[in-house]
Amino acid sequence: MSTTDPRTENFPLAAESREAIEAALREKRALTPTERVIASVEAYTPQEAAERTLANEMLADARPGVRAPLLINLGPNHPSTHGVLRLVVELDGEVVKEVTPVIGYLHTGIEKQCENKTWWQSVTLVTRMDYLAPFANIKAYTMSVEKLLEMEVPARAQWIRVLLAELNRIASHLVWLGTSGLELGAMSVFFYCYRERDELLDLFEMVSGERMNHRYFQVGGCAQDLPPGFIERLQAFIDEMPRRIDEYEALLTGNPIWKDRMKGVGVLPAEDLIALGVTGPTLRAAGVPHDLRKTSPYSGYEHFQFEVPTATEGDCYARYLVRVREMRESLRIIQQVIDGLPEGPTIADDRKVVLPPREELAWSMEALIHHFKLVSEGFKVPAGEAYAPIESPRGEMGCYVVSDGGPKPYRVHMRDPSFVNLQATAPLCRGTYLADLIAIVATIDPVMGGVDR
Amino acid sequence: MSDVSAQIEAASPGAVVAEFEHVGELTVEVQKERIVEACRALRDGPSQYVLLSDVTCADFPHEPGRFRLAYQLTSLATGARVRLRAWAGALDPEIESVTSVWPGANWMEREVYDQFGVRFSGHPDLCRILNPLDWEGHPLRRDYPIGGEEVQFSDAV
Repeated sequence: MSTTDPRTENFPLAAESREAIEAALREKRALTPTERVIASVEAYTPQEAAERTLANEMLADARPGVRAPLLINLGPNHPSTHGVLRLVVELDGEVVKEVTPVIGYLHTGIEKQCENKTWWQSVTLVTRMDYLAPFANIKAYTMSVEKLLEMEVPARAQWIRVLLAELNRIASHLVWLGTSGLELGAMSVFFYCYRERDELLDLFEMVSGERMNHRYFQVGGCAQDLPPGFIERLQAFIDEMPRRIDEYEALLTGNPIWKDRMKGVGVLPAEDLIALGVTGPTLRAAGVPHDLRKTSPYSGYEHFQFEVPTATEGDCYARYLVRVREMRESLRIIQQVIDGLPEGPTIADDRKVVLPPREELAWSMEALIHHFKLVSEGFKVPAGEAYAPIESPRGEMGCYVVSDGGPKPYRVHMRDPSFVNLQATAPLCRGTYLADLIAIVATIDPVMGGVDR
Repeated sequence: MSDVSAQIEAASPGAVVAEFEHVGELTVEVQKERIVEACRALRDGPSQYVLLSDVTCADFPHEPGRFRLAYQLTSLATGARVRLRAWAGALDPEIESVTSVWPGANWMEREVYDQFGVRFSGHPDLCRILNPLDWEGHPLRRDYPIGGEEVQFSDAV
């Protein structure tokens, strides 16, 4: 809503600095710490920046041996910040004194848009939040709506959901491992990880028709059954994958450079992480075995044998080890799904919520009416509120929905683990080197689509 | 009265306004002045609700309290969950910040402030987080227009 100021027209960060000052002026209050950092990192114009630098230099000249802290702006478009994350770093020499994450560059107002769509249309929007874990997004959303509808999901649909959620966990961890390797200078891991990830995207495409942002889970179950040939291709992938993970580990786990960059870097005690709301592999690497699949099983996770990998060191290396072991555990779960997948329908038989089978529309007037009503008006959800938490690749992904009894959500809110975990950046980075900051942000694994929504 | 309400009442008598059990979820409504006491009682109480999963809000323009805040608390010991609820008030909505109990509430409350305009007293850094810093209005309020606002950043294409 900012009016264009000719002085800052081609300097977007300078414009933000001006916004911060003007927002505080308008509300007649002092700048908050974050606003002060944003306002001080960038001057209005290059001329002003030069003047400020000169003033700083004169200050340093006047007091020899004293150096003024250096404020560095990293991002919002930087190859090593996992997307459009902006970090304003205050440095003393090479040591990080303070980090202020600035977010919101990918904010698209999905929660607001959901309020203007019907319950079933909103599925399409929520998948786009955490773009590396689309199945986790829809799963949290559909589970919360099913809770309000008090709807039973058939066993086969539950198992397929588990299958895809675990495949998604592997795909997400592969992107994490590949990009983290890239950020820390281990280039080749990226290519290996993306090779396997591409196979996973092919599998997702077979199931849902889309490589990303799938709309495969529906309220009540899954859109379709698994396609013919899918299980065979999946089995081939599962058989091959442990060897591929061994390959990544051969490249990294014993690699002295990798260990030097990761070991002992970015440690916080578990109590501090909990107080910050951190969940997922970051918390488990600090010794807390909190995994919603075990502590409060949903969607049939209680039927599967698997371990929750933990570590005690709580450093970047522990987070790396936990994620790699999680991929192996996910493979175990997927094998159990393949072996025990129950027969039966893949979506609940509730004509007031679920679309009738396509072929029925040709001969059943009733099915046609239901189809028309569901598509044009949508289904109604009883008034109330529900919160459905699941274990996404990054931690607790929860969906809070409020219904007023109508066909559109009254409120949809996603508790995204990336958003909450990112708060730990500053306490984890204080007192470390600037290079360690890259490793720490990488191992927190924030996905900016989920942070900004 | 549930265990949770009893724990809050023991620490802060009269704080609990009502409690509901719906679709298997326990919701305890507390007076907004007592929210910090209630949170602290549950965090330090025997069921150890040490993890604040989420703070969020919903706007009900026709209710006297208008902004209904929801705090999702999780116990790491048992996996139990409870939702605390408080109404922030229609005019000049304000509630005490729980950042003194959980530092992780910082960004969650900033998001609620940004999107709903609910102020959190005692918050160390209450400014916008997702929208641009000089944004006018609070987009997730029900009376905020959809489609009426000008398209931002269209010149960047």
